Amino acid sequence: MRLRRIVSRLESDDFELFGLPRRFQLERGDLDARRRNLQAEVHPDRFAASDSSARRVAMQWAARVNEAYARLKNPLQRAAYLCELHGVPIDAEDNTAMPADFLMQQMQWRESLDDADGRSAVEAVLTTLEAHRAAAYRRLQALLDQSRDFAAAAHEVRALMFVERFAADVDDRLAAAGG
Amino acid sequence: MALLQIAEPGASPDPHTRRHAVGIDLGTTHSLVAAVRNGIVECLPDADGEVILPSAVRYLAGGGARIGASALRDAASDPHNTIVSVKRLMGRGLGDVAAADRLPYDFVDDGGSGMVRLRTVAGVKSPVEISAEILATLRQRAEDTFADDLFGAVVTVPAYFDDGQRQATKDAAELAGLHVLRLISEPTAAAIAYGLDNAAEGLYAVYDLGGGTFDISLLQMTRGVFEVMATGGDSALGGDDIDAALADWILGRVGLDASGPHDRRAALVAAREAKEALSTADEAAFECEIDGRTVSRAVSRSELESVARPFIDRTVAAVRQVLRDARVANDVVDGVVLVGGSTRMPLVRRAVREAFGREPLTNLDPDQVVALGAARQADALAGNQGGGDLLLLDVTALSLGIETMGGLVERIIPRNSPIPAMKAQDFTTFQDGQTAMAIHVIQGERDLVADCRSLARFDLRGIPPLVAGAARIRVTFSVDADGLLGVSAREETSGVEASVAVKPSYGLSDDEVAAMLGDSFRAADGDMAERSLREAQVDADRLRSATETALSDDGALLDDEQRRTIERQLEQLGTVRAGTDRVAIEAAVKALASATEGFAAERMNRGIRRALAGRRIEDL
Repeated sequence: MRLRRIVSRLESDDFELFGLPRRFQLERGDLDARRRNLQAEVHPDRFAASDSSARRVAMQWAARVNEAYARLKNPLQRAAYLCELHGVPIDAEDNTAMPADFLMQQMQWRESLDDADGRSAVEAVLTTLEAHRAAAYRRLQALLDQSRDFAAAAHEVRALMFVERFAADVDDRLAAAGG
Repeated sequence: MALLQIAEPGASPDPHTRRHAVGIDLGTTHSLVAAVRNGIVECLPDADGEVILPSAVRYLAGGGARIGASALRDAASDPHNTIVSVKRLMGRGLGDVAAADRLPYDFVDDGGSGMVRLRTVAGVKSPVEISAEILATLRQRAEDTFADDLFGAVVTVPAYFDDGQRQATKDAAELAGLHVLRLISEPTAAAIAYGLDNAAEGLYAVYDLGGGTFDISLLQMTRGVFEVMATGGDSALGGDDIDAALADWILGRVGLDASGPHDRRAALVAAREAKEALSTADEAAFECEIDGRTVSRAVSRSELESVARPFIDRTVAAVRQVLRDARVANDVVDGVVLVGGSTRMPLVRRAVREAFGREPLTNLDPDQVVALGAARQADALAGNQGGGDLLLLDVTALSLGIETMGGLVERIIPRNSPIPAMKAQDFTTFQDGQTAMAIHVIQGERDLVADCRSLARFDLRGIPPLVAGAARIRVTFSVDADGLLGVSAREETSGVEASVAVKPSYGLSDDEVAAMLGDSFRAADGDMAERSLREAQVDADRLRSATETALSDDGALLDDEQRRTIERQLEQLGTVRAGTDRVAIEAAVKALASATEGFAAERMNRGIRRALAGRRIEDL
């Protein structure tokens, strides 16, 4: 009986593990502090003088805490995870169809990045993108935390995956431009 | 929470006895051992009062070896048998030792497979055995200092060391008779020493340029918690490279070529001396004997800097990459700590100042800081009082992946993932009745397998014969707190554990390590059987004291029967421990360890609940 409870704890979801409500909005400083508190209990370094079974259990727990932390820390992954917990998987590979106006906008952005000449032009693209991205995350938060419309939220997550990929490309361009 | 040691009269170690745990910096050019004594952390000196042990080993014709300064003095006269900078060969194949033909060693060519080996008068030696000589010297020094056996050691490795290099380091330590508590990254160790001594808080960068390796790490320091945000570097870039480039440049100027091993070593030593002098002087002399002729030339600091510039530029590129990975701008860094002898060069200090836009911190000894930090960590890991609040959260510097179709890499654990990390991946069979599968594990950032490091090949066997695509084999990859890879596999539909046979690409197999363990090191320690018994007893004591602590802290978690079972095994272990039957002691250790497995998991649960409860109280 004890054993079953242990397994269910190791397999509890990320929010339960961190003692957080299942909500999109979270405070980063609080999340970081919770992670430190958890690792202070389970990290293998706490069991260096213990026997091998305790060290093995510690390793599993510490890896689990790190995995959950990585997912909760990243807003897009956190949103996707919430959708999945509420029965709406993202399945990005099977859901590639996006609205025409969204695709149009993506193409325009790509073109403006291709045409961008020099650092300040790339930065201008980034400014536009960031405003768009911030608005999308605000919509996502309302869908997840207020209206709790997880199907609509999953659409927003898929669109944001395109946006984040584009943001990474812009970032690469900026790095290549130096500074 | 510090571990509280509970002792039964006459059974366990005295609770007031500190466990002797040391930190060891196994460096390319020199090595040190440090420990916390009477609350003060210090590097331990040898009989002559020297704390630095040159990482040089000279094998002698009649057997035996000289280690340290006396070996280094013979580097030029006996280059084949005097190994310096062996760290650069750890976990490497002959093919990937940069400029192997420029090194004055007699490499054994075994067709390019496996770790490099060197031919010496004392026989063929692997870098693991050579490093073990250095580590055994430091272990002896520490045991002489304490007049006691060591509880264990924290050994430092470059953050950028891959799995093969880390495993080789751990093998060497075990070969030297050390119980490895943890491998930790050198820049992280430096940050611990700096952070604890200066009560530093905030985001710090550690720039570590040693003799053969370069690391750059960004850490967040918060009240005893050291959290690595990102790390990067180059495990084959250091002061040695600058020495070699300077020697080649000067010899080119005077129209000479130092091709023989004696000349080569003499030129490298002269270049190094000139380089070191130029850290404070504007001009220095390069002097050595080449081909029986005395070569003497003045070198200016600006000449050295133009030779060294390309190497330093590579470090600056790595600094930029790490800042990008951590998604921080250079101006939010609160401090930059310099580590490694090569950071004494004014050129390096200028480059670091430019890269971070701030003056680097130089109020610490760049040679000692890594060993000192490792000693603080060792003290905490040993459970000594006062060390318990230190928490180290590190990351893996290199991405871990597997080979897929077309020689492409599929990334499984990306670089800068916090460790320990675990990731499961599902595979299936592509032929009816297929019962085995090969998996190739690689480490590196490039997309092609050919551009990354091969770590190991795994054969999964014992897959139940099913139609193609029906088997579901879940392979779990892990990187533990030492940064070492682990793999386990299980067929999910049948629950069959597939066996995993590991063939490390550049390491030593377990058999090889076992064979070496029977060699000279232990023989020199006296009776082999005596030594094994002693080790079994130390293991038994460690487990007994850990279990007693657990029972006294969290015994309430157990019901009466569970408690009785554990206590019975504990008693049994106490009885055989008093005797001299090694096999019986080992069996009792195993029995107690398995009896406490569920208890360990339950304690962990309690810890988690406590961590969350503590948080909620803070929130109020």
